[in-house]
Amino acid sequence: MSPDSTQRLLLDKAAMAGAIRRLAEEICEKNKGARQLALVGIHKRGVPLAYRLADELRELKCTDVLIGTIDITQYRDDLAMMKMVPKLEGSDIPFDIDDAQVVLCDEVIFTARSVRAAIDELLDHGRPARVQLAVLIDREGREFPIQADYVGLHVKVGTSERVFVRFEEVDGDDAVYVQTSTAVK
Amino acid sequence: MKPRKDLLDIQSLTDEEIEFVLENAVPFKDLFRRSVKKVPTLKGRTMLTLFYEPSTRTRSSFEVAASRLSADVTHFDVESSSVVKGESVLDTVETLEAMRVDYIVVRHKQAGIPNLIAKNTAASVINAGDGWHAHPTQALLDGFTLREVFKDLRGARCLIAGDIQHSRVARSTSLLLRRLGMNVAYLAPGSLMPREIPREIPQFGNWTDALEWKPDVVYLLRVQSERLDEPFFPSAAEYHKNYGLTDARVQILRERGIYLMHPGPVNRGVEITDKGMDYEKSLINQQVENGIAVRMSVLYWLRPGAQGGES
Repeated sequence: MSPDSTQRLLLDKAAMAGAIRRLAEEICEKNKGARQLALVGIHKRGVPLAYRLADELRELKCTDVLIGTIDITQYRDDLAMMKMVPKLEGSDIPFDIDDAQVVLCDEVIFTARSVRAAIDELLDHGRPARVQLAVLIDREGREFPIQADYVGLHVKVGTSERVFVRFEEVDGDDAVYVQTSTAVK
Repeated sequence: MKPRKDLLDIQSLTDEEIEFVLENAVPFKDLFRRSVKKVPTLKGRTMLTLFYEPSTRTRSSFEVAASRLSADVTHFDVESSSVVKGESVLDTVETLEAMRVDYIVVRHKQAGIPNLIAKNTAASVINAGDGWHAHPTQALLDGFTLREVFKDLRGARCLIAGDIQHSRVARSTSLLLRRLGMNVAYLAPGSLMPREIPREIPQFGNWTDALEWKPDVVYLLRVQSERLDEPFFPSAAEYHKNYGLTDARVQILRERGIYLMHPGPVNRGVEITDKGMDYEKSLINQQVENGIAVRMSVLYWLRPGAQGGES
């Protein structure tokens, strides 16, 4: 964290687990008995979210779930503006996307630009029967008319604030923080 | 990774940059298995191929790579252009500059022409072969192909056989393979062995000695047909007998499990035979497929107007 910013905890490990659990219950309720339900995590932190949701759905004995990941880098609309060229993680969709019920998973929805890119990429893999969106955190700031179907937590934060989700698999611990930049712009 | 403007040779790349290009080529290759083999990464960009020397393969490979990145592809037809009427390279570049193309892929018989062009345009320039000097994307695709075969390239042995002296492929590829930790040796007639070779590269004048070095891969170079008329060059039959991969040598490779590579196009009956082309451990087709993925990765990394690329 830079000295010009402060951060406050939004969800600790237990609260985060509860939010993921509730997300899974909602997904289960709406997709009970669905054939070919597929959770597709958006790199980077949508991936651990997809795996956690799959574990919960299994525990709920809801329905069989398929898992995939997508790296939207090749579909981003801001590549030419980026100072650094991102390393590609690659997408891995090890099942037939045609006619699948896809739930895209991402840790935060903000501008919705990454969701736009993810949908575009998904359609290049095949023709899913339906695409839904699950996010852990929904914050304001949409730049596209896209909303999530399943939300763990709605958060009101200012434009200068950022929401950080940490996953043990990627970051070493589970937590959600809001970081406020106090630096004079 | 910081983007660069140009890719002119292997020498000027850092280890991290080589790694970046090779690693990103993997997800680009994954695209080839999808129903839509195309991503919008370079939508709205234009790549122009400027080939002063004929080449079908390299040019098509770049064109397919750019198309799969959604770039527009155009070819500057040197044969029918004013170049034959004496227009200088720089005058041509000025014309291309006015067309505002983003990437220029150049092949020229004279070494250094891509560097000259790179200095005089804001477009990204990729050297697709200049004289005896360099062919960096060939080297990168060769390294990528070998990494698919060997888990760890360090210590693996590649024997490059043929006209080393006049080969930009030998120059660039051996440089890259050594950067990746491989051992490289050369097999060539004395008249086609360059005089100044790094001490670490063993030189052989015949197959028996070369095979005793125990290569894991034999990389055949193409014999340029125009060279066959030159006085210091053996005849096609003589070359084949002494330096080519004869059927008997294919059998030796098979017994020892040695892989085979060739940059294409091949001269059957000169450096290779029909049996060599059918050899089950030939990586030649894999090289072609990987060429597209690696060139996509290069185009993804380079950025018109960025700094650097000069050696």
